[in-house]
Amino acid sequence: MNLLSPKKIQLPNGKMVVEKRSVTPLIIIVLLLFTIVSINITEFKLEVIVKQINRLFVIIDEMIPPNVEYMPSLWQPLLDTIKMSLIGSVLGAICALPVAFFAASNITKNRLITTVVKFLLSLLRTLPTLVVALIATYVFGLGTMAGTIAIYLFTVSYVGKLLYEQIENANMDSYEAMQSLGLTSMYSFRYAIMPQVIPNYLSTTLFCFEGNVRYAAILGYVGAGGIGLMINESIGWRNYANLGMIILMLVVTVFIIETISEYCRKKLM
Amino acid sequence: MNAIEQQLQYGKRNRISLIITVITIFCLLVWSATAINLENMAANGLDIAKSIILGILNPDWTLLTDFKGGIPYLLIETLAIAFLGTIIGAIIAIPLAFFSASNIVPKPVAWIVRLLLICIRTIPAIVYGLMFVRVTGFGAFTGVLTIAFVSVGMLAKLFVDVIEDLDRSVLESMTSIGCNMFEKIRFGIIPQLSALFLSIVIYRFDMNLRDASILGLVGAGGIGAPLIFAMNSYRWTQVGSILIGLVLLILIVEYLSNKIRTKLVKG
Repeated sequence: MNLLSPKKIQLPNGKMVVEKRSVTPLIIIVLLLFTIVSINITEFKLEVIVKQINRLFVIIDEMIPPNVEYMPSLWQPLLDTIKMSLIGSVLGAICALPVAFFAASNITKNRLITTVVKFLLSLLRTLPTLVVALIATYVFGLGTMAGTIAIYLFTVSYVGKLLYEQIENANMDSYEAMQSLGLTSMYSFRYAIMPQVIPNYLSTTLFCFEGNVRYAAILGYVGAGGIGLMINESIGWRNYANLGMIILMLVVTVFIIETISEYCRKKLM
Repeated sequence: MNAIEQQLQYGKRNRISLIITVITIFCLLVWSATAINLENMAANGLDIAKSIILGILNPDWTLLTDFKGGIPYLLIETLAIAFLGTIIGAIIAIPLAFFSASNIVPKPVAWIVRLLLICIRTIPAIVYGLMFVRVTGFGAFTGVLTIAFVSVGMLAKLFVDVIEDLDRSVLESMTSIGCNMFEKIRFGIIPQLSALFLSIVIYRFDMNLRDASILGLVGAGGIGAPLIFAMNSYRWTQVGSILIGLVLLILIVEYLSNKIRTKLVKG
């Protein structure tokens, strides 16, 4: 490995200085290797793109201009999407508070409880929302309920994780002072830790809500209510003008919600 | 009016705005609570839930350890889709990012490219997946294209933030000692950008892996397709083993990506 051995430079005064070799060539070689392996596995062919990319432009061409007449039948699913993400996010954020309380290792002293809660949180966070929604449709039937459950579970895991990290980084001085005065850990948490984490907690919740609107938009694909069902239908029937209208409305809605939420988050900070 | 009275007035106004906020949020909540309805719930919903949980807790071990065509192979395929998609996405995103950086190109150009990037970013991955399946047919290849396209939006946006924070004084001092354009790019710009770019790309790879795992639902390769087949035919033990493999892979990749990124950013 000549590439990795450090380069020795003799200075005029006879001292030996060791210059570390850069690892960049090694990284590039490894990346190239991975790329070649991936190309083999996925059967990636450039000529297929060149030959068939015009089909994509046909689709985009049909999407513009969007079918405006389709708009009236879109309001209901769009509102369903927003409803699902709103109620799911709020309930999830509320439930995340006690969960974070039990996951923070500086508040809950029992190592077993914190480890188990943290493990459950990361497990819940890694499960794709679409898969959770699909499972929920088997239990709660088709409709917005399944979507709400999926968003609720994701919000608990996401807000819960960020919240317990903030609690663990919070300043413990006033908490310890309150404990020494004889307050229970629940009360000291309420009056010493909560004021420190509340702004961050609210801003995380808003951020999560933003993301949830995007997720909720596709949950309909598996039958969990909202606008995703319409997306699936339009593509299935190759009605790309309708698809263009859906995407346009979705982009506008997400943009409005993001702007409002960004404004609120700036106020909170 | 003295300072104390002023403070008092300020407090009052604050309370009114607080009340308005609470009422608004409460009304929105009541309105959105209609999303919760148990009418559609299947009569045997609880039984199904029980069998799902039992199935996931008793995974199909033979499928999980079968290295030819079993779950390990599907996971590697998903990983390959996410990896190749990220690389292609990053290569496309770099020129786009330079074209939307307001300190490099004129404002109107930057603004138009940015608008395009916002549009690309808002459309969910699965919609691209559905569209690309119509273009290149079913298979992992479509997954790669989808992931590449989806990642361009966010990668370019994060790249722009880094480019706009470039330290220009380094370039000025290089000009003053007589460096040519190539030397300025090689020794002045690339060292400033490479670590942060790499960290962004690794972060996006982490996200792409999650996206790639669900793209199979629309037929774009990876582990999603077997997962949805198993679910539709109620084979919960298989669902359990696929989910265990997927969660393990995502957790490992997330851990590694966090490690590498902290190292890259802190130097």
